[in-house]
Amino acid sequence: MELTAEPRRETTSWLIRNKWTVVFGVIIAGTIFAALDFSCNNLTCVTAVLSSSLRQSTPLILGALCGVIGERSGVVNIGIEGQMLMAAFVAFLANVYLGNLWMATLIGASAGAFMGLLLAWMAVSLRMDQIIGGTVINILAIGITGYFYIPGLTTQGKFAPITLGPLADIPLIGPVLFRNGPITYLAIILVFVLHYVLFYTRWGLRTRAVGEHPRAADTVGINVYKMRYINVILGGALAGLAGAFLTLEGVGTFERGMTNGRGFLALAIMIMGKWTPIGSWGAALLFGFTYAMQTQLQFKGVNLPPQFIGSLPYILTILVLAGFVGRSRAPAASGVPYEKE
Amino acid sequence: MTKATATEPVENRTTATLRRIWRGISVPLVAVLLGLLIGALLLIASGSNPIDAYRALIKGAFGSPVAIQRTLEKATPLIFSGLAVAFAFKAGLFNIGAQGQLLVGAVVAAYVGFSIEGLPAIIHAPLALLAGGLAGALYGYIPGALKTYTGAHEVIVTIMLNYVAINLTDYLADGPWKDPSPTNIVARTPKIFPSASLPLVGNVPSGFILALIAALVVWWLLYRTTLGYEIRTVGLNSSAAQYAGIRVARMIILTMMISGFLAGLGGSVETLGINGRFQPGFNTGLGFDGITVALLGKTNPFGVIPAAILLGAMRAGSSQMQFSAGVASEITDVITAFILFFVAADVIVKKLIRQRGVDDEQVKLSTGWSSH
Amino acid sequence: MNGNNNHQAEEAPIVLEARGITKQFPGVLANDRIDLVLRRGEILALLGENGAGKSTLMNILYGLYHPDAGEIWIKGEKVTLHSPGDAISRGIGMVHQHFQLVPVMTVAENVILGEEVTKAGGYIDKRDANRRVRELSELYGLEIDPTIEVDDLPVGLQQRVEIIKALYRQADILILDEPTAVLTPQESNELFRIMHDLTEKGVSIIFITHKLKEVLAVSDRITVLRGGRSVGAALPSESTEASLAELMVGRKVILQVDKDDARPAEKVLEIKDLEVLDDRKHRVVKGLNLEVHAGEILGVAGVQGNGQREFVEALTGLRPIVSGKIFIAGEETTDATPREITELEVAHIPEDREKHGLVMPYSIADNMVLNRYYRPPFSRYSILDREEIAENSARLVEKFDVRTPSIYTHAGNLSGGNKQKVIVAREFSRPVKLLIANQPTRGIDVGSIEFIHNQIVAQRDAGVAVLLVSAELDEVLSLADRVAVMFDGQIVKTLPIEEATREYVGLLMAGSEA
Repeated sequence: MELTAEPRRETTSWLIRNKWTVVFGVIIAGTIFAALDFSCNNLTCVTAVLSSSLRQSTPLILGALCGVIGERSGVVNIGIEGQMLMAAFVAFLANVYLGNLWMATLIGASAGAFMGLLLAWMAVSLRMDQIIGGTVINILAIGITGYFYIPGLTTQGKFAPITLGPLADIPLIGPVLFRNGPITYLAIILVFVLHYVLFYTRWGLRTRAVGEHPRAADTVGINVYKMRYINVILGGALAGLAGAFLTLEGVGTFERGMTNGRGFLALAIMIMGKWTPIGSWGAALLFGFTYAMQTQLQFKGVNLPPQFIGSLPYILTILVLAGFVGRSRAPAASGVPYEKE
Repeated sequence: MTKATATEPVENRTTATLRRIWRGISVPLVAVLLGLLIGALLLIASGSNPIDAYRALIKGAFGSPVAIQRTLEKATPLIFSGLAVAFAFKAGLFNIGAQGQLLVGAVVAAYVGFSIEGLPAIIHAPLALLAGGLAGALYGYIPGALKTYTGAHEVIVTIMLNYVAINLTDYLADGPWKDPSPTNIVARTPKIFPSASLPLVGNVPSGFILALIAALVVWWLLYRTTLGYEIRTVGLNSSAAQYAGIRVARMIILTMMISGFLAGLGGSVETLGINGRFQPGFNTGLGFDGITVALLGKTNPFGVIPAAILLGAMRAGSSQMQFSAGVASEITDVITAFILFFVAADVIVKKLIRQRGVDDEQVKLSTGWSSH
Repeated sequence: MNGNNNHQAEEAPIVLEARGITKQFPGVLANDRIDLVLRRGEILALLGENGAGKSTLMNILYGLYHPDAGEIWIKGEKVTLHSPGDAISRGIGMVHQHFQLVPVMTVAENVILGEEVTKAGGYIDKRDANRRVRELSELYGLEIDPTIEVDDLPVGLQQRVEIIKALYRQADILILDEPTAVLTPQESNELFRIMHDLTEKGVSIIFITHKLKEVLAVSDRITVLRGGRSVGAALPSESTEASLAELMVGRKVILQVDKDDARPAEKVLEIKDLEVLDDRKHRVVKGLNLEVHAGEILGVAGVQGNGQREFVEALTGLRPIVSGKIFIAGEETTDATPREITELEVAHIPEDREKHGLVMPYSIADNMVLNRYYRPPFSRYSILDREEIAENSARLVEKFDVRTPSIYTHAGNLSGGNKQKVIVAREFSRPVKLLIANQPTRGIDVGSIEFIHNQIVAQRDAGVAVLLVSAELDEVLSLADRVAVMFDGQIVKTLPIEEATREYVGLLMAGSEA
């Protein structure tokens, strides 16, 4: 009997198994370095670009995490945009009337969770087409935030960056990583927490089973509907945090349609990240970086129409998608309503 | 073999068609009523009078010949973008990119409209329309080709291309194709020549008539030609399509191009019939609304028409509502969302009106991310 | 054969009893007052045709369906099973016909799913899980590597995972739903050995099947279902295949197809050294050679998953070919498209009728022209002729006895047998030189099977070359003029029907005596 305790596949070299990821990573790292080298001539500038990248990536990674846990449990969430927008609006109002940023964050996340509940109800209980369900959420959010929008409201400010003691004094890394707002820190922590939960815990095992083969999960007594409901609601809360970030930490105020397609971008980021939290974070950072570079290049007065630079993140996504992520595998049951026999 | 077997099904077909039509319209009809009802509840809850609001809305949309004209003007691009999205759905493709294709079509139509002088209207307007449509088709080709050759999902690619289109058209209108007149400071193209503009026929915009013709052609193409049969087969069962010898990859590209063509036409009609030039921001949302229109119309080419008129009426009437009833125009978005909800959650509506049975050829939209 | 079984002399206690189980589905009474008794440590065979109500009954016993009437007693206690979880907690384990395994997860992950042992925070210790699964598999003699992904396992081992899954949940009542459908005769024997070992350890087994030989070979008692009712109980020692078949079908069945000797003529299909990859890029057809002549039926026997699907897909242009050559009627079709192959007068009854053969939301009329819509009379200048399409299908519906209210009925609303008749009608309604039929009668009623078998023989008699691929050995043996045995991507032997005995072909199917 050849049954050893050693996991079989771990023996082949990680480098060889992931050679394309490695090659691609090297190319991207090189490009980032070259871009920084080109557009900055001092460390302050590099620091500024990198911290801006991280800030820009925060709502994107939170939105993408929302997509990841929804799809891992089998629900396609095209309504991330709407969930974000609604939460941004509600968090803003909460901040205006309560004057407490932390309460406002919590309320914003709850608003996102409520939109998640709505999506789950449509997708799981009504077995509605999930694309339509997401579209309903998006239109509803535009309508409600627009209808109840009151121009000229002022807030009690926004989250100030929290400096993490001596860590923040490390050159380059310090100001980039350890001088951020609370939601940005939370987003980074959530990336690793969700990665752990998804791949090392009972919850994750069940979530993935429900997203891959719901009937198999059902036959061993796992409640498919419950798993999907909870994941989609939690996902909504994550999208809600993204929305709260926009009004409470990023911009500081609410404008109509201020999510401006970030929810859709998050979807693309999730796919680029191959439906994993850490992979999505990488993709989100890349996006954040291209955003930051846009500003930097315009600031430097590069002789290119701003619209060309503005298109870069999107063209980059298409290239990445077409280049090698296009054939990555989605959870098998994602988008398919489950019907008990 | 005998005459009897051949004629009997024909009778069946007539009754079946009538039943299908009723089945097709009953659910959306009830959905609209329910959507308005929920909108009314929201109005009451926020301290407005729904009767006043809806009266103003209807008056603003249908109350006068001018109001009707504006409703039809608003509906026209939505019919095109709705047809574009619905057509792609028939092949199992979700073209979120109608917005981008529409923008590209709008700017190219403007270019043909302002750059060529001296053509007779009978040639200039159709030429500008065609150019806009082709630009949209070309822009639709990209996601179609990427999907077939690399497996990149069209939903993501078209979302990205929408942003690229915004930047691209913005660049053209602010750069090479910018209105050079000394008074102009904003990004916009010059005004098109009168020979390229689409006239009114009485109170009806000729673009609207074109849209009706387009719906008829799309229906005919889908249900009366071998190409339509092939496209629908790909959409309903791509494995069976392959088995039947249909070249699925080619169909995907072709469908995206036709879809892009329709969206591009929508943009052209907007430029040539309404705006008279291309100006960034003037076409916002027309393509996205096409998704709503297609879904409301249950992806049926004829269903798209009333759906687009409904949305157009709400767009046209909402300013009147805002003006005379003091109700923010965004309430119409809320109503639209609920109408869409009830159309999609037809189990609820069918329970209400006690209808049983399944729809014909209902396309499954979200079959996951796996490509054909 | 009497309805009551007077031979229950065993003193073993009853572990599971169903009384008067009734289940109504829209339009069908799937279970009609069914009684069933299972004693400790025995193998009870539940015999019945497709659609007899076996699966419904088992899904009720497993808590997936809820009966409209009737009682379930487990170990002397009346129970109501709301969910599989309830059934599992009472010691019922089920091995489904379609394995309920998550392909991208490991064996151990699949086994523990739903019954995970966790540490603080829900953490799953994978090493610990692997160890548990390994210990369990060794205890019952079901060796398997717990760290391998299920996707990479052959079907026989996947079934083993399913059994381990049930044992992990401490099942002492095991329901096996058509477990041998995907196994070679030899693998089946191995399964039967495992089943006996399990009963000796006190496990009771319900063995669902429609294969008479297996019932006689392994069961302690037999219950027969027909049309949703239990129509009799029997002991293997007092039954014959014929007596069981009669009980199962309700009338004398002709197990043999009536046909004259073949008159083979010129070579129509020739395959040389064919190599094909499956979806995961594994080579599954490995140098296959075959010839089929006009006027003969060549039956390809083999256990599912030995490359038959990929072989037929390559043959019909649906799958690219790595190397080798294919000639149809003298023309090379190695790289031909499906349409080019169809144009050579090749008819194809696909393995998966719902996936490849039909467009479910289309009417029968539209389905009947699926591969001729582009030609006159059905279309001219790319414009469809609806009248012709309607008349064509009205004619075929009558000729092929498709039971349907109208030609505008959606294919999806037809029964399995009628769906298959629509495909057969479409394929036979044009000139045919070569017929490729892959699993033409899987899962359909006996009446339709007879009809389709007769149609295939009629085609042969009209001079068509027929390539029949089937995992049902009995179907191959009763229809074929020559038998080719496929194993591991190759044709290991081709025999005239006279030399093709069950035993010999069974051995070849398992890869021995090649």
